Amino acid sequence: MPNAMLEMRLYLLQRLTAVLMLPMVIGHLATIMYATRSELTAASILERTQSSPWLVVFYTGFVVLVAIHAPLGLRKIMGEWLRLPSKLANSISFVLFIVFLGLGLRGVWALTGVAIS
Amino acid sequence: MTGFRFNLSYFAFLLHRLSGLALVCFLPFHFLVLGLGLEGEAALNQMLVFTEQPMVKFGEWVLVVLFSLHLLLGLRVLVIEWAPWPHHGGLRSGWVIIAGGLGLALGWLFLDGVLS
Amino acid sequence: MSHLTVRIWRGADEGEFQSFSVPMRENQTVLDVVSEVQRSQDQSLSYRFACRVGVCGSCAMMVNGKPRWTCRTHIRSLKASVVTIAPLRNMPRIKDLVTDMSSFIDKWGKAGNVFESQRDRGDAPAQVDPASPMRKAADAAIECINCGVCHAACDVVSWNDAYLGPAALNRAWSLVNDERHSGKKETMAAAMGDGGCGNCHSQGNCMAACPIGLSPTRSIAGLKKMSLLSLLGGSDA
Repeated sequence: MPNAMLEMRLYLLQRLTAVLMLPMVIGHLATIMYATRSELTAASILERTQSSPWLVVFYTGFVVLVAIHAPLGLRKIMGEWLRLPSKLANSISFVLFIVFLGLGLRGVWALTGVAIS
Repeated sequence: MTGFRFNLSYFAFLLHRLSGLALVCFLPFHFLVLGLGLEGEAALNQMLVFTEQPMVKFGEWVLVVLFSLHLLLGLRVLVIEWAPWPHHGGLRSGWVIIAGGLGLALGWLFLDGVLS
Repeated sequence: MSHLTVRIWRGADEGEFQSFSVPMRENQTVLDVVSEVQRSQDQSLSYRFACRVGVCGSCAMMVNGKPRWTCRTHIRSLKASVVTIAPLRNMPRIKDLVTDMSSFIDKWGKAGNVFESQRDRGDAPAQVDPASPMRKAADAAIECINCGVCHAACDVVSWNDAYLGPAALNRAWSLVNDERHSGKKETMAAAMGDGGCGNCHSQGNCMAACPIGLSPTRSIAGLKKMSLLSLLGGSDA
């Protein structure tokens, strides 16, 4: 069974990313609640988002985890509801991982002021 | 082939999957909006003006509720799969109701911050 | 005397529902109705049954969309004016209400479900403590008689051809908890593999449908926990 361990490993990866994201989702929700009660101009937002290197660490980590977690969820939907063959679903999932990772890191680093050349 | 299928646990699965799907469709737009930081404050301010529209605020409310639901229903899955199985209520049906309530509560909390 | 309308599937994958009318009786199970139709109205109707008293599982069919043992389903409990009877879902159809259960049995086997022992007749019988956690876990799952109802109830089975299904995985769980079973590694590998326990979404249809109150979801959760522990423990299943 060439795929035997793959399925189990992806299942565990999905659960692992979920567990790690639990506090991050709570943190992000808290951030949303705080932000909507604060001044919402570009200048004041950027002042807050660029205020701490820990924000960079937090949101970079969050992006990496969601870039893994979201395509894995889609992979199941592709296989079960769209009935795509597993090779195709796996390939699309991997591409989505790259796309989310790229767009996500770009977005986080744009707002937190990390220099992107 | 419906009928027996729609027990609370199945409904929880459906809600969890559909909320995840909605969130993943939103994600690229979210990342692109964040990326506006690269284009300077003017671009960000323009986007902020756009998001003041009631329709956008409603969409944001939906996202906050779905985000909370997805978290809580996911936590339920982790508990079902890894916590010791209790004598009764292994499928944690009560959690589904609590998740729904908490999701709406967090949505209200969001709206409260937005409208004030 | 009032009458009951039943719609019964005729044909195989291609076919249609055929309507029959039977007298409504005080005590009447779905199996009684199917038998009456076959004996007095249409002898070409094919169906399976054996014990007719709710212990063998042979008479399982879809009744108003739900997989059930027809000998244990009283017509009056359905509270419906029309009863629709179809062959078990998620299995190829042979004729009318008879399905081909070989794919179900094959998946049973694919979940690593052959009991293996290193003992022979020269060894003393194994001393298994019935109160031990392992034996209790096995006992909770052991009563399955392969009726196929949970397999028909499961949506993941209908969405994923590779998925072994609740019955097969429930059986795997009872084996990995059997201290006499020397093939635990193989059973675990099969139960955690491509069509294995990771595919279960805890929808709970199997639990709701099992006529003897088993919980494949619980067994599968046990297998999932075991896979996590084996990963943390570093051993390769």
